[in-house]
Amino acid sequence: MSVDVRHEALQTVTKPLQVEERRQGAPILAVKKLRTCFDTYRGQVRAVDGISLSVRPGETVALVGESGCGKSAAALSIMRLVPPPGRITGGQVIFDGQDLLALSRAEMRRIRGRRIAMVFQDPLTALNPTLRVGAQLVETLATQGAARGRAARQRAVALLDAVGIPAAAERMRAYPHELSGGMRQRVVIAMAIAGQPDLVIADEPTTALDVTLQAQIMELLAKLKEERGLAILLITHDLGIVANFADRAAVMYAGQIVAEGPVADLVREPLHPYARGLLRCVPRLGRPDVPIHPIHGSVPDMVAPPAGCRFAPRCPEAMPQCRQEMPVLKRQPPTARTIRQNSEGESLARGGTVRRVRCHLHPGEGGNGR
Amino acid sequence: MWVRFVGRRLWQTAPVLIGVSLIVFLTMHLTPGDPIEHMLGRAGSVTRAQIEELRAHYALDRPLPTQYALFLGKAVTGDFGPSYSQGRPVVEVITERLPATLELTLFAFVIALAVAIPAGALAALRPHRLFDRTATVVALLGVSMPGFWLGIVLMILLGLRLHWLPISGRIDWALAPESITGMNTVDALLAGDGAALRSALAHLILPAITMAAPMAAMVTRMVRSSMIGVLGQDFVQFARARGLPEWRVVGKHALRNALVPTVNIVAIQTGMLLSGNMVIEAVFQYPGIGKLAVDAIAAADYPLVQAVVLLYAVSYVGLNLAADGIQAVLDPRVREARA
Repeated sequence: MSVDVRHEALQTVTKPLQVEERRQGAPILAVKKLRTCFDTYRGQVRAVDGISLSVRPGETVALVGESGCGKSAAALSIMRLVPPPGRITGGQVIFDGQDLLALSRAEMRRIRGRRIAMVFQDPLTALNPTLRVGAQLVETLATQGAARGRAARQRAVALLDAVGIPAAAERMRAYPHELSGGMRQRVVIAMAIAGQPDLVIADEPTTALDVTLQAQIMELLAKLKEERGLAILLITHDLGIVANFADRAAVMYAGQIVAEGPVADLVREPLHPYARGLLRCVPRLGRPDVPIHPIHGSVPDMVAPPAGCRFAPRCPEAMPQCRQEMPVLKRQPPTARTIRQNSEGESLARGGTVRRVRCHLHPGEGGNGR
Repeated sequence: MWVRFVGRRLWQTAPVLIGVSLIVFLTMHLTPGDPIEHMLGRAGSVTRAQIEELRAHYALDRPLPTQYALFLGKAVTGDFGPSYSQGRPVVEVITERLPATLELTLFAFVIALAVAIPAGALAALRPHRLFDRTATVVALLGVSMPGFWLGIVLMILLGLRLHWLPISGRIDWALAPESITGMNTVDALLAGDGAALRSALAHLILPAITMAAPMAAMVTRMVRSSMIGVLGQDFVQFARARGLPEWRVVGKHALRNALVPTVNIVAIQTGMLLSGNMVIEAVFQYPGIGKLAVDAIAAADYPLVQAVVLLYAVSYVGLNLAADGIQAVLDPRVREARA
């Protein structure tokens, strides 16, 4: 504990006070033991199996994992937009002090867009192909009660301008298919920030875009975050993006969070074998000598998840205990590297110091299982 | 953009119409039955010379290609010659009957869509639940019941047993309004005659429902399946994520997209309403084009049959053109793909 206190003291001197206070303040979003199931003919698929995570204002938290790990289901659960046969079966989604899961449908609808916005993976399918982008943007503004008529049109043009769309006034009349992929995603982002939300959930915002656009879109999100003090929950499988743009990351596997902590720790010193495996899948530019090690096998069948640790069947370091007993997400003591890094005052602001891991290899400091 | 698209499609219909007119002409002349014999009937006291004279009068002694050229040349100016059976110009006979059929078709069309679009959309919102299953069964009945049978059942139940509705004709003759458009409901409205309007509507209900049933069934199924597809798309979720109310997400964003493929089915089904009305009009003794066609065929009245069939063909072509135009309005990508 004493280590943490010292770290916090250090943080306040290394970063501008205002931003730091926001980042250390109460979380705008706190997901607690959220469970979402999909009822299928084969049985219940536990897509989200008791995850907890929090996002503070001005902070970018990444939810990382491979396809099918439940990260998108988690994002939709927070928005209460899980499509049937999916349903939220437990937990809490505390947003700005109130549990979203306890709200009425009408109350929840007023949260969407105005308080929490979402950016979708494929900007072509996220926009209605039969309506002009201007009309969709104006409709968003009008629904959220932000502006109507001419004022709404002016706001819409300003928003398109703000997300870096050239000749915004003319683009209002364009249909989605007349815009390039990058422009479309900018339009989607403009619609997301139209209601001046506190939190943006970006579900693989760059996956459908080519590499040059990925950086542009992420930089746009980062810029908007700084300007508007947004909190961002970034759903992605791209560790490059996580390393560059997120403050903290939570690694999800088979519906559970298996590791969580500052991005620097995850990238430089991943403790969980799955997180290590993910990093070793990423090809290193200009380093053909560094071999790529794919993680063998695939995400387990979530109708009947394996006993014990869910990653054990694919884990190169699995022990007999791993196949019998489910490890708990536990807070980890500082390592030699984190102590050194923190004493140098490097990147302290990015994501704090607390890291948690769900692995028998890292029994942690005891207690604090989430 | 839209005008150019429609103009181009209009131009493309010309060869279709010429082809249709040729087929209509040939089938009439290749079917058995001599129109002159029909005309003279069993009069008996006609000479061969008189027959030949009539044949020449109607140009039936000329080679087929010549007859076709004559027919086509006159047809484009709207002249289909005299009706053999009625002795009056075909155009006159048809324009007299057309409003009745248009009125009936329009009613059936409105009933079918007013039932099918909401039913299909509602079924799609909760697939495999009670409403969807009920709609599926009803739609299956609607498609599989023969029109004449449904017509007769409705007549017996609502007309003869319960005496709720009249079972034949267009209007109570004593109440018939002065003919302006030829459509009784419209004329009654123009004349401000409530009793005539009620009578006209009462006469329309049974045949209109009978005609609308199969169309409503087909369109319901089509709207349902296309709506289910659209509801699963990202932009519907994104619309919800933007905080749009559900009625707007479904009624505006999803429905508009779901209707694009439905428009074609509606056009084809409307064409079938028009041309399929022969049976219904016969069952309900409704004096429209369908009944006229049946009578004309029985009398081997070549010009009249040709004109009626051509009218059906033109309306099919026109309806499909309209469908393409509506699709182009609903979906900008259609304009570009097909223009």
